[in-house]
Amino acid sequence: MTDDVIRAVLAEHGRLAVDVAALDPDADLYQVGLTSHASVNVMLALEDSFDFEFPEQMLRKRTFESIAAIRAVVDGLTRAEVD
Amino acid sequence: MTAIDLTSASVVERAQRISEDVAGPNAEAVDRHARFPVESVEALRVGGLLASLIPVDLGGGGAGIREVADVVAILGRGCASTAMVYAMHQIQVACLVRHGRTPVLAAYLREVAADGLLLASATTEVGIGGDVRSSSCAVERSPGRFHLTKEAPVISYGAFADGILATARRTPASPASDQVLVVCRRAHTRLEQRSDWDTLGFRGTCSNGFTLTSDDDDAYVMPDSYADISSQTMLPTSHILWASVWLGLATAAVDKARGFVQAAARKSPGSTPPAALHLAELVAVHQQLADLVQSAARRYDEAWGIDDREVVEAMGFVIAMNALKVSASQLVVDIVSRAMQICGMAGYSNGSPLSLGRLLRDAYGAALMVNNDRINANNAQLLLIHREH
Repeated sequence: MTDDVIRAVLAEHGRLAVDVAALDPDADLYQVGLTSHASVNVMLALEDSFDFEFPEQMLRKRTFESIAAIRAVVDGLTRAEVD
Repeated sequence: MTAIDLTSASVVERAQRISEDVAGPNAEAVDRHARFPVESVEALRVGGLLASLIPVDLGGGGAGIREVADVVAILGRGCASTAMVYAMHQIQVACLVRHGRTPVLAAYLREVAADGLLLASATTEVGIGGDVRSSSCAVERSPGRFHLTKEAPVISYGAFADGILATARRTPASPASDQVLVVCRRAHTRLEQRSDWDTLGFRGTCSNGFTLTSDDDDAYVMPDSYADISSQTMLPTSHILWASVWLGLATAAVDKARGFVQAAARKSPGSTPPAALHLAELVAVHQQLADLVQSAARRYDEAWGIDDREVVEAMGFVIAMNALKVSASQLVVDIVSRAMQICGMAGYSNGSPLSLGRLLRDAYGAALMVNNDRINANNAQLLLIHREH
């Protein structure tokens, strides 16, 4: 579920050079064309989809380097909201 | 050069001597003929200042970014083109110091220090429209080797450089934003000039356009992605050192305004010249610029010293460095304009000792080299998500 949302956001806003659906969760998103400009749009769309705000210290290149990395941060933040 | 003892004095003292005795006296000729400031760069080489930023264990001066920023500002007071060449060289050195952690690149840095090599940069590309974070050319590899051909609309002092750090896509299959930085050594690189550099200011940087072709050992393709090199090192170092150039040239304008006011004061002791009030206002604006540049250099120096990539990758830091560039490039024009108002026709005349023509033309370049519109657009985008101040 979370993965599907992340992939949908990447497909719409990531401007990647590859098919997001077929992308390995650990693939380096920057190597398939994620720019810093596009990553801001990805962040905004993720915040809207999951209804949270990324804390400042997570607004780094590393947070968005792969689907798995995004997933880990999203899981952490949604869990924090439930707690 | 023999008249200047460049070995015993401190880095800052050496920079002052070079600025006053070599760069300053040649600045008008450099500007008039749009020629490379050969004698100033040679003095910097002889004085060991090209190697300032290289760690001591690699044969360099072991200076930090603050000290280098001071040197740039001192040089800018004498000749903004010299200061810009020195700044751009140090930006390349900074990238190698912080990201060239392989034995081959460390050995190259040692060579840069020992031989006083001058490094240049080829980040823009024909057809890309000024966006240095994307490339169309790509590194082509064969076992152990690389080949690169790049159409560069400008390579500042490319014809005088011993090495050029060029951006390119990581592989021919990579997207435009997946870039690496390639060290193109002169002996392995061919430059064919494609365009001239005939601009209003910074004429001595000789930033002609070239087709660059390089074939070398693939160990000269830097290991870190250019995205990391850019955000952690090239961007903050560029903005701090460019702003230091502008601070230096702003200081030169204040020198002239002060000279004008004090000459007027000497003619009529007891009555304050009308322009003195404008000088007070000018000095206040100059202080804004000086404090802005120095606080940014200190902020980066602290992160540099502990190699704190968390700090320099934080969004607030990037926004601050971008804002520094925009503010400093506007303040320098304001300062030179105010100096012109004070000096009047003496400042407006070419050939007068108080002439501000060159400084004014140089100052207008600041907002254009990496256009402020582009930088403000980046910050506008980051501010959509940045939280803290």
